[in-house]
Amino acid sequence: MTFELETAAHPENLKRIVIEPVTRVEGHGKVTLLLDEDNRVHQARFHIVEFRGFEKFVQGRPFWEVPVLVQRLCGICPVSHNLAACKAMDMIIGATVPVAADKLRRLMHMGQILQSHALHFFHLSAPDLLFGFDAAVGKRNIAGLAAAYPDIARQGVALRRYGQEVIRLTSGKRVHGTGVIPGGMNKNLSLDERDYLLKEIEQIIAWSQAAVELIKVIYSERPDFHNSFGFYRSSFMSLVRSDGALDLYHGGLRARDEHGQTIFDHVDYTHYWDYIHEEVKSWSYMKFPFIRARGREQGWYRVGPLARINNCDFIPTRLAEAERKIFKEFGGGSATQATLAYHWARMIEMLHAAEAIQELLHDPDLQSDDLVSSGERQLRGVGVIEAPRGTLIHHYRINEDEQIVRANLIVSTTHNNQAMNEAVRQVALQYLDGQQITEGLLNHIEVAIRAFDPCLSCATHALGKMPLEVELLDAAGTLIQRLIKDSDGRHRT
Amino acid sequence: MGAPAMSKTITIDGKNVPFQDGQTIMNAALAAGVYIPHLCHNPQFEPHGSCKLCVVSVNGRNMTSCTMPAAEDMVVANNTPELNSDRKALVQMLFVEGNHICPACEASGNCQLQAAAYYLNMLSPHYTHFYQPRAVDASHPDIFLDLNRCILCELCVRASREVDGKNVFGISGRGIGTRLVVNAASGRLGDTNFAATDKAAHVCPTGTILIKRQGYKIPIGQRTFDHKKISEVQMEPMEPDHE
Repeated sequence: MTFELETAAHPENLKRIVIEPVTRVEGHGKVTLLLDEDNRVHQARFHIVEFRGFEKFVQGRPFWEVPVLVQRLCGICPVSHNLAACKAMDMIIGATVPVAADKLRRLMHMGQILQSHALHFFHLSAPDLLFGFDAAVGKRNIAGLAAAYPDIARQGVALRRYGQEVIRLTSGKRVHGTGVIPGGMNKNLSLDERDYLLKEIEQIIAWSQAAVELIKVIYSERPDFHNSFGFYRSSFMSLVRSDGALDLYHGGLRARDEHGQTIFDHVDYTHYWDYIHEEVKSWSYMKFPFIRARGREQGWYRVGPLARINNCDFIPTRLAEAERKIFKEFGGGSATQATLAYHWARMIEMLHAAEAIQELLHDPDLQSDDLVSSGERQLRGVGVIEAPRGTLIHHYRINEDEQIVRANLIVSTTHNNQAMNEAVRQVALQYLDGQQITEGLLNHIEVAIRAFDPCLSCATHALGKMPLEVELLDAAGTLIQRLIKDSDGRHRT
Repeated sequence: MGAPAMSKTITIDGKNVPFQDGQTIMNAALAAGVYIPHLCHNPQFEPHGSCKLCVVSVNGRNMTSCTMPAAEDMVVANNTPELNSDRKALVQMLFVEGNHICPACEASGNCQLQAAAYYLNMLSPHYTHFYQPRAVDASHPDIFLDLNRCILCELCVRASREVDGKNVFGISGRGIGTRLVVNAASGRLGDTNFAATDKAAHVCPTGTILIKRQGYKIPIGQRTFDHKKISEVQMEPMEPDHE
C-alpha cells in the first residue's frame, strides 16, 4: 500500500500540482500532488471539495417526504437514493412490501442501473478507452467519440434513453419521480406501458452484449497494461442474495478480503454499524469508511461493479452469467483486482440489467393493484441497496411526531474513498514519478478515478464532523495562534 | 320567486358580463366563465382580498376584484400584459418570502401557488430569497403543519371559523413577521381539537396543512394540475378541496 503518500513528511518547498476540477465524473473534486525538484511524488490526494448537508436539513422533515427530498442528492442516480430511503421508511412503518411493488421497484432500479452504466461507459470513459489516455484533449470527449465511432455513441445514447423510459413509466418522471412510497408503490405498470417497453428490449439486450464485447476486446488487446494500471489488492463489499446470487436491490452484506477470504457474509444490513465505521480527515469533505474487524489501516475496501461481480456466486440471468465466468477466468483471474476491470464488470452488470428488465416485463404481477402495505411503527429505519456505483446505506431515526431527528447516509462513492486515493497514489507512482509532467500524464490520474464512476456530489456528507486546523502566521511566517477543531466538534489550541 | 333577472352588465376585456346586485366582479366573472387569477379567494368563503392576484383595472383604477362589488357600466381590464406582469411579480414575491421547495414538496402538482406560477409564466423567483426561518409543527397525530409554505391567505382561518366552528387558526405579527398561529396555550396544533376531517384541513392552496402519511400517494399524471391549468380548475363549478 502507499499510505505514506497520503501526507508528505515535509511538504515545505515541494511543488504543488492541482488537477481541478477532475473531469468526466459526477460532482466536483480535485487532485493535489506534491513533487520535489526531481518530480518525485511525495503526496497525492483526491479531495472532495463540494459540500451538501442533506443529513442536516432533512432533520425535522416528515419521514414520508424524505425519499423524495434525498433523491435530489443526485441527478444521475436519484432512483438509488429514492429506493434506499424508501426501504428505510418501509422499516419505519413496519411494512412488508407487496410482491408486485417489490418487482416494480426492481424494474425501476434496473432501468437506473442500465442508464447510469451506459452514461458512464459511453459518455465518460469510452473516450479514454478508445482513443488512449494521452490522446489529444480536443478528441478525448463524447463529441470526439460521436465523430469517430458514431454507432457506438448512438447506442450509448439509446441505452441511456431506454433506462430513463423505464424510470419514467415506474416513477412518473425520467428524473426525480415519486413512484416509490413508504410501504410500496403508487402505481403499477399498465399493459400499454409494458408493451411500449417490450418493443425495444431485444435491441437493448443486443446493444448491451455488444458493449460487453467492446470492453472485452479493448481489455484483452493489452491485458498486462489494463491489469497493472493503478493496480492494488483490496477487500470488496456488496449485497448478495441469500443464495449468493448478484442482487442489486436487496440482500445481505458480504465482504471478502484481498485473497478472497470471507470477512463477513449475509450480514443483516439493519445493523451495518456493527461491521462498518467511518473516519473523517481534515482534507476532504468525504468520510473514510472501514471494516471494523480489520481496523482503520487495513479495513478499507472497494464497492461497485467490480466488488459485486467478484463477490457474487452467480448472476441470475443467462447472458450476464456467461460473461461473469469469462471475466473471472480471464488471465487466471488476473482482472479481478484490477482498477480498470471496473469498466468490464460494469458492462456485465448493464447486460444483467437489460436481461432482468425483459424478465420483469413478462411478469403479470406488474399489473397488480396490491401495491402498498403497512404494519407496526418503528422509530428507526435502515435501507440498503446496490446503487450503480456500489453499496448505498440510508439510516434514519424519527421521533414520536414522525419527524426525522437523525440521518446517516453512507454513499457508494464514500465507500470507495480510500480506494480511489490508493488508485491515485499508485498511478502517480507508476506514471508520474520522476517524469516531465504533461496533460496526458495527469489524465492518467483522472482515468484511475473515473474507473470508479465516482459521484462526488452524492458522497460529501461530513457536515460538522470535519477536523479543522487554522493557523495564524505573521508576515515572517512565525506561528502566532493555532485553533484546532476535532471531529467531535471540540475546540482546542 | 325566481332568480332575479340579471339585466345589468359590466364588460371584462370587452366581453359583456351580467351581474346581480351585490355580486363582486370576481364572482360575476367566474359565473360568466371569465378567469381572473386568484389564490386567497375561494367561492365557498367570504372574500378576503389579501393576495392581490385578482387586481383588475376598473375604469382605469386598480381594484381587488374579489372584494369589489360590480356596478353597472364598469369597464374592466383583466387579462392584460401589464396586470399579468404585476401578478407574476406578486407570485414571485410569495415564493421568495416563504421557503417553497417544490421539488420535494408533496403538494407539487396539487399546489395552487405552483399552478398560478405556471399560469403566469414564472420562470424563476427573480427576487432574492428571504430564507426566513419558519416553524414546522408535527405535534398533531394526523396533521403536519409547515409554515415554510404558508402564503397567509387565511383560507384555513376562515374555514375553521365559518365552517368548523373551531377557530383553530389565526394570524399574528406584523410585516415580515406575520405568521399563521394556532389557537392553543402551547401554540401547538396537537393541543387543539383540530381534526383531519375538518374543512380547514382541506382548503390550503399550498402544502402548509398536510394530512400525515398521505404524501405522494397520487402518481404523477393524476394530480390536479398535471393536465389542467389553474384557469381551468378554478373555473369548475365547485372548486375542489385541496388534499
